[in-house]
Amino acid sequence: MTTRSRMPFYVAVFILISLGLVLAMLRHTNLGIPLFPGEQKQVWLVEARVDFVATGEPVLASLNLPLNPPGFRHSSELAASPGYGFSIIEGQQGRRAEWSKSYAQGPQTLYFKTQFVPTDYEHDALGEAEPQASLVFWEEPQATAVNELLQEVQRKSSTPESVTRELLKILGTERLINQNAELLLASKPLPRLSVDMLNYMGIPARLAEGLTLEDARRRQTLQPYIQIYNGENWRTYNANTGEQGLPDDVLLWRQGASSLLDVAGGSGSTVSFSILRQTVSALQLAKKDMAPSKSSFFSLHYLPVEEQSMFRMLLLLPLGALLVAFMRIVIGIKTSGTFMPVLIAIAFVQTSLLPGLIAFITVVGLGLMLRGYLARLNLLLVSRISALILLVIFITIALSILGYQAGYSTGMTVTFFPMVILAWTIERMSILWEEEGGHEVAVQGAGSLFVAICTYFVMMMPLAGHLTFNFPELHLVTLGLILLMGNYTGYKLSELRRFRPMKKANQP
Amino acid sequence: MSWITPAKLDQLGVLGMNRRNVDFIGRYNDRTLFPLVDNKLKTKLIAAEFEIKTPALLQVLEYQHQISHFRELIESLDGFVIKPAKGSGGKGITVITHRDGDFYFKPSGVAVDLATLERHLSNILAGLYSLGGSPDVAIVEQLIQPSSLLRQYSHQGVPDIRILVFQGYPVMAMLRLATVASDGKANLHQGAVGVGINIATGHSVHAVQFDQRVTHHPDTNMRLDDILINDWPDMLAMAASCYEASGLGYLGVDLVLDEQAGPLLLELNARPGLAIQMANGQGLLPRLAKIENMNHKKYCSPEHRAAVVMQAFG
Repeated sequence: MTTRSRMPFYVAVFILISLGLVLAMLRHTNLGIPLFPGEQKQVWLVEARVDFVATGEPVLASLNLPLNPPGFRHSSELAASPGYGFSIIEGQQGRRAEWSKSYAQGPQTLYFKTQFVPTDYEHDALGEAEPQASLVFWEEPQATAVNELLQEVQRKSSTPESVTRELLKILGTERLINQNAELLLASKPLPRLSVDMLNYMGIPARLAEGLTLEDARRRQTLQPYIQIYNGENWRTYNANTGEQGLPDDVLLWRQGASSLLDVAGGSGSTVSFSILRQTVSALQLAKKDMAPSKSSFFSLHYLPVEEQSMFRMLLLLPLGALLVAFMRIVIGIKTSGTFMPVLIAIAFVQTSLLPGLIAFITVVGLGLMLRGYLARLNLLLVSRISALILLVIFITIALSILGYQAGYSTGMTVTFFPMVILAWTIERMSILWEEEGGHEVAVQGAGSLFVAICTYFVMMMPLAGHLTFNFPELHLVTLGLILLMGNYTGYKLSELRRFRPMKKANQP
Repeated sequence: MSWITPAKLDQLGVLGMNRRNVDFIGRYNDRTLFPLVDNKLKTKLIAAEFEIKTPALLQVLEYQHQISHFRELIESLDGFVIKPAKGSGGKGITVITHRDGDFYFKPSGVAVDLATLERHLSNILAGLYSLGGSPDVAIVEQLIQPSSLLRQYSHQGVPDIRILVFQGYPVMAMLRLATVASDGKANLHQGAVGVGINIATGHSVHAVQFDQRVTHHPDTNMRLDDILINDWPDMLAMAASCYEASGLGYLGVDLVLDEQAGPLLLELNARPGLAIQMANGQGLLPRLAKIENMNHKKYCSPEHRAAVVMQAFG
């Protein structure tokens, strides 16, 4: 006989389930869509304030903006500057915010706000041109001092990293006992000097400026950092302490760009920063950032809001199907109509549970009474159900009007039930009543309502709605589980009760 | 509340609904063959081909206009049974035991007139009793005279014998007796009494009503532990031959024992229920496994197969 192997089936189900989970995980990590609803994320709101005094000429102010700062990504950006034209320009100089105005006089203040989200994601330098050390020339007597200093450094180190560390140590902490260092520092500030010396040695190096993020700080200035390229990526050092690496709470505002702020048509320009820590919903954040990227392709958030809410409902349906399958196959609850409980549950979602329950039972009860009369007319099935649909609509109208007159708006909720489903329910129940008796009607009716209420609670779970809508691929898992249940050959829970007399049967 | 553990059920070899659907109906019953058993007319025709006796077919009404001639068609008959061909679970079956002038009498003694019967026929043709309301045909059959031995056990109705046939081998049997609770119907979940029958001998072994063990019929008060069914080997062979006729590997065969005609095939069921296990107080699985592991080629004739199970499941 046909004893086909079930192996391929289980493999397919396994693939389905893992595919669903992996896709969901990928989208979670790539897009930052939170796994749980209401998950909060910390973001830093940084406000840059540019002050200068306009001299009565056309003004062009250009502020460097962070470009892929390590450990952070920027979320939203907003410029507040009355009367100024504003644009963000990306080019050779990195990202820059530009304000322009044809005429300005007196003190001017420009604001630029941006949110930064801490992230593990590191921007890799792939595709960018390999940095080259820039050419540096020294004049005497600095040239001699530089050469001597560098010889000293090279004696103690080998790699670009150790060279940098050693150099920063000599220029920093040992400056007072090193005459060469003292001489050189008199001509240039430390960060600039160390970057020039590193480039002179052939190690690509650049200046960077960072902002230490602390909650509710105002009037902060940028701290100098230097970055060297070790052949693979950029390493960051604190120029003042020589410390290697970037602390988690430091945002590199400027990396490599030639200047932080250029103002034409103004003088005495300064930049200061205010920092605020904010908590926002992780989902909001993910949505905001879901601007066209590859992995967000399969996202429902792009649809118009109306369609979105429809899909929100639609994507809950598989959960209902799963629950019905479980209740019928594993538990063994009898329901009238296979998926009627799901449809009732959907109506409950719209009406809320108690009013929906009351409305449903009233309509079905009244319908059953009227159906009793229809039965006596000996009509054919189709016209009997058609007549029943009309009667159900009449009952609905009557209930709504009566309820409204009596001051209960709950009467109106009846309209959320699909009329055809109600009519079919009444028809099935009444046939069942005639053929199997009231007991069976009670069993199946209660079973249907029980499953419907369970489905309702599952659908109302914030987690369920969140996961199904934001990770539709999780329904591959649902599908896998349903397929698995289709292969369940064990006993139903109800059979453990039904077959209980078998215990005694074998002992006569 | 008392329960039975899955382990205990396993040990007793009780077949559950899911396993029946997946491992037996799904595997051994080809769906395309279902219409054959779901339509009583087709069943009768195929049974005739295989020389399986069924209650004599008196009339077939296919079209509404034939109903006007119904009176002439049944002129010569005293008792008869009207059935919808596609009805299930005994729906739409009307039994007329005798007539007196223009009045026809049901087994309960209620008299109906010709107009009532004609409306009933019209309903059958319109599909009132068929699944999904599809148009149907009405068949008129000869009235069965249950053997007097079995009749005394049942409250009204015709006692029938359900034999479960697996791959052509009868594996379990029960006698179904109507009660007041079941309203004269031989339907176990409506309250009919199920009496397990020893497949080797035709003796009753165990009886249940509403899944609970009983020793006496609740209405006729007859003892249920000493029933012996006549012609048992013939009935087994007849049930076994329904395998060839229907092609279904997991089959419920409903037989009646007529006073004159002997065993007759009433209907076939492609989705036989599990209550037969309760009636016998025994699980099906060990027997089904035994048949599955058998070398089938050796026993080809239904009689031979019946003999095999009488030996094996004694």
